[in-house]
Amino acid sequence: MQEFLQYVFSGVTNGAVYAVIALGFSMLYRATGLINFAQGELVMLGALCLISLWQGLGLSLVLSIVLSVGIVSGVGIALERLAMRQVRKPHPIVLVIITVGASIFFRGIAMILWGKDARSAGPFSSNVPLEIAGATLLPQSLWVLAIMLGIVAALHLFYRKTLTGKAMEACAINKKAAWLLGVPSDRMVLLAFALSAGMGAVGGVLIAPITMSSYDMGTLLGLKGFCAAMLGGLGSSWGSVLGGLLLGILEALGVGFFSSALKDAIAFMLLLFILYVRPTGILGARAVHRF
Amino acid sequence: MPGPFTVSEVSDGIEMLIRNLLFAAAILLLGVGVKNPYHLELLTFIGIHTLLALGLNMLMGYAGQISLGHAAFYGLGAYATGILTVHWHWSPWISLPATLALAAAVALLVALPMLRLSGFYLGMGTLGFGMIGFILFRGWSSVTGGDSGLVGIPSLAVGPFTFSSGVRYFYLVWGTVFVSFILCERIVRSRVGRALRAIHDSEKAAAAMGIDTSRLKISVFVLSALFAALAGFLYAHLVSFVSPSSFDFLVSVRIVTMVVIGGMASIWGSLLGASLLTVLPDWLHVFSDYEMLVYGLVLMVVMIFLPQGLTRGILDLYERSRNRREGRSPSA
Repeated sequence: MQEFLQYVFSGVTNGAVYAVIALGFSMLYRATGLINFAQGELVMLGALCLISLWQGLGLSLVLSIVLSVGIVSGVGIALERLAMRQVRKPHPIVLVIITVGASIFFRGIAMILWGKDARSAGPFSSNVPLEIAGATLLPQSLWVLAIMLGIVAALHLFYRKTLTGKAMEACAINKKAAWLLGVPSDRMVLLAFALSAGMGAVGGVLIAPITMSSYDMGTLLGLKGFCAAMLGGLGSSWGSVLGGLLLGILEALGVGFFSSALKDAIAFMLLLFILYVRPTGILGARAVHRF
Repeated sequence: MPGPFTVSEVSDGIEMLIRNLLFAAAILLLGVGVKNPYHLELLTFIGIHTLLALGLNMLMGYAGQISLGHAAFYGLGAYATGILTVHWHWSPWISLPATLALAAAVALLVALPMLRLSGFYLGMGTLGFGMIGFILFRGWSSVTGGDSGLVGIPSLAVGPFTFSSGVRYFYLVWGTVFVSFILCERIVRSRVGRALRAIHDSEKAAAAMGIDTSRLKISVFVLSALFAALAGFLYAHLVSFVSPSSFDFLVSVRIVTMVVIGGMASIWGSLLGASLLTVLPDWLHVFSDYEMLVYGLVLMVVMIFLPQGLTRGILDLYERSRNRREGRSPSA
């Protein structure tokens, strides 16, 4: 039981990070119908930026987080303006290849800027573990959970209470109709890219103190975030949270009771399984486009 | 009543015959002319990469589906024949059909659920499949040798005649490429090829015309996996050593880049893309640090500005400028 609880704790911590990455996928999908294959690389950029600013330059933690998220949002804006917007015939294959190209490009840049070595950031606050029912919980895990919940709540308010959020929702439902009613849908797409890139950066900020970060961590994280988003239902914020936590816990239990070599395969097996059995996810209402 | 062949069909056929004869002659001349063993090996690798690109091009260019996990099939071919010949002591000629059969079975298993999805989901699904492949190659170390790889894969031989020296393997690989080209050309020109292009343009319209789209898509996926596995077989018996790093995500991206550069839906473009992406990294040694940067940029720039690939894109640009010079309006 104690062992089980320990696995659940570590699963929830990783799961909260997956949930934040999944939120980035979900929010872009909701506004534009796009899947950004470079989302994982944005997470990686967020983590490496934080480590450089906080540990390297010695800036304060809060300032480093704000700057990292800002920088990565800028990268998201650049991606939309310089690449996605230039496409004349947005066939899905073309968009997939462009975002895959962007992901490899970011990886290449990160390898040149940060080198091939893995690095790690320290914990946000004291590192004295708390003891709950015999299992230990690191304060960092509480930070991760709190920030994740804060983001979901903020997103919820954004969609429900602000005019911009409602406009974005309108664009998601029907871009042309929203445009006719005076919603600047082009700007909404740009905003969605910036926000989802920022969300990716937050995921990176959260994961930097938990694991070692390096230029090639993005693909795996991106896939796991996507898996979490699919699990909960792409486009649904609460679905992303549910999917992320579920994936994290399943992974932790898999590692604990079977083998650690299998850890990464679990997510992909799950992804293939969901794609086959229930592409709408647990909470997703909208049907996935099947032929 | 039209005859069995129209004039244009006959002239098309002759053109194709001439092109293939020229191709065969070029292969023969290269084999006789190139003496430097290093250059021969480079050419052999171009052949193996061409097979990979050709297979993926059938899927991406003609059927309009994407695979971001093709390195897994490439690795499957290499590892299957490696394990069968090294651990089980099979003859490579028996392991070849077994390897291909295994690849076809796995591809079918993957394609059945996956090709019900389209666009982004297919991309993510195949990406996940590629990752599973890589994790297996690395993690299943009792069979695959893990990170240190599998050594001592025997070279191919027919009786006393071994395909060990450079020229012999060169002819073996390029002979395979030649046959594959003809096969693909036949497929593209057949009823199936037309059906595939219809799927590429609009899946719904194709289905409405009575084309069994899911069966065709699955068949093409299996075909492209077979090409990749065949390339893996040739690779394993050429270098006699396989390790997981030759089949990671970057390799899948490299194959996609070959197809994109050469031009989707262009059989000869596969040859161009594979040649460029094999020769350039080899010539520019500084290239290795910037490899990812360059691939990423190339993928984005080509897709944004020349979605038809380099060959077709440059031809289009040339024609447009010629039309403008001659004061004609550009053809629609």
